[in-house]
Amino acid sequence: MRVIVPGQLYDYTGGVSRLAAEGETLGAVLDDLDQHYPGLRFRVVDEQGRIRRHIRFYLNRSPATTLAHRVAPDDELLIVGALSGG
Amino acid sequence: MAILLIGTRKGGFVLETGAGRRRAQLAGPHFLGAAVNHMVLDPRDGITLLAAAKPGHLGHTVYRSTDLGEHWREASHPPAFAKAEGADPGSSVDHVFWLAPGHVDEPDVWYAGTSPPGLFRSEDSGDSWQEVAGFNAGFLPGIRQHVFDVPDGAILHSINVDPRDARRLYVGVSSGGIFESTDAGAHWRALNRGVAADFLPDPNAEVGHDPHRMALHPLAPDRLYQQNHCGVYRLDRPGDTWSRIGSALPADVGDIGFPLVLHPRDPDTLWVFPMDGSRNWPRTPPGGKPGVYRSRDGGASWQRQDGGMPRRNAWWTIKRQAFCADAGEPPGLWFGTTSGEVWGSEDAGDSWRRVCEHLPEIYAVEAA
Repeated sequence: MRVIVPGQLYDYTGGVSRLAAEGETLGAVLDDLDQHYPGLRFRVVDEQGRIRRHIRFYLNRSPATTLAHRVAPDDELLIVGALSGG
Repeated sequence: MAILLIGTRKGGFVLETGAGRRRAQLAGPHFLGAAVNHMVLDPRDGITLLAAAKPGHLGHTVYRSTDLGEHWREASHPPAFAKAEGADPGSSVDHVFWLAPGHVDEPDVWYAGTSPPGLFRSEDSGDSWQEVAGFNAGFLPGIRQHVFDVPDGAILHSINVDPRDARRLYVGVSSGGIFESTDAGAHWRALNRGVAADFLPDPNAEVGHDPHRMALHPLAPDRLYQQNHCGVYRLDRPGDTWSRIGSALPADVGDIGFPLVLHPRDPDTLWVFPMDGSRNWPRTPPGGKPGVYRSRDGGASWQRQDGGMPRRNAWWTIKRQAFCADAGEPPGLWFGTTSGEVWGSEDAGDSWRRVCEHLPEIYAVEAA
């Protein structure tokens, strides 16, 4: 599936915003991303498996609020750093 | 001249303070946009520098540098609580608040204190971190009902390792109190006797106190000092009852504040920076007139030191990690303000000058 990451994660992706990842759930996709970009997962999901407070996931532009959310190979995952400036 | 490691709400900086005609040199920002609660250089090797960072969006992490911040490497396993089981939602680390090198005989050991309160240990110079289970899982649940949030969330701070014995640890929890372990963190006990807690219904409560900063003297490790929400205290071990040495401060100034600085070689000399503790606790210099107070007799008497500081209308705050001494002779003193200024004294507090301004809100100042 396609994954679009926000600027906050460019330190992990080498400045690349559009990535490819595999998995049948949102959690599996994040695990796959973490294999390629070690440390990325912990920055967006905490140690209890909760999505961090100022991170949002959108699958095909619809909110995905749990890591158990099912995904398909043709889906697009958008990760957003949500409203924590100032 | 000193090298200062400065943590701010928007990043970390390294400041070479300059001297005489030599101007201060500022390097950074490191981790721009992230709150840097603490940057600490390991005195055991003089090389390893750890920084605790919490960006606005992402989870927290810890970085490590061995070239004074030219290059950084992220911890492979930042401090994290154990995964909870069953109906327990579990805790997650919001940010690392405090970093402390371990005992000199354990050169790769570091400790970290977090918010919410947790104690963590690294045995590989800060690359991977494990819970100190005796505190987080063994002791903390028993006192959790007495742990209240302070403005940025409850924190574990003031991690002190007895230089004579790596197994003796002291920590502070705000709020919660001072706690001691004599077996490397396996078991803990409260060490709050004699400390006021005028915000609690029981003035003699065993826990629930609010230490702002606690330190033992490295050359006299039985001498402990504490700047508390309710005054300045001293404890001489093996005693277990604190004495309120802040009572000797002027009544119109009071003994409320956040930081506390010890002379690196004289256990009887310390500095505090009183803040207004009246009514709704503004925590600004009393009357807008900042001044350090020094004691040379273990807190029996105090002298005001404000030469060069603003005479009026200074309304900033000095946070608990934002005042330090360097190892010079006499020791240099350095503090950072919530308004982003760094002030210093190279004559042990007799005169002060502003070294740097226009930084973000300063959280921590440590001498490298």
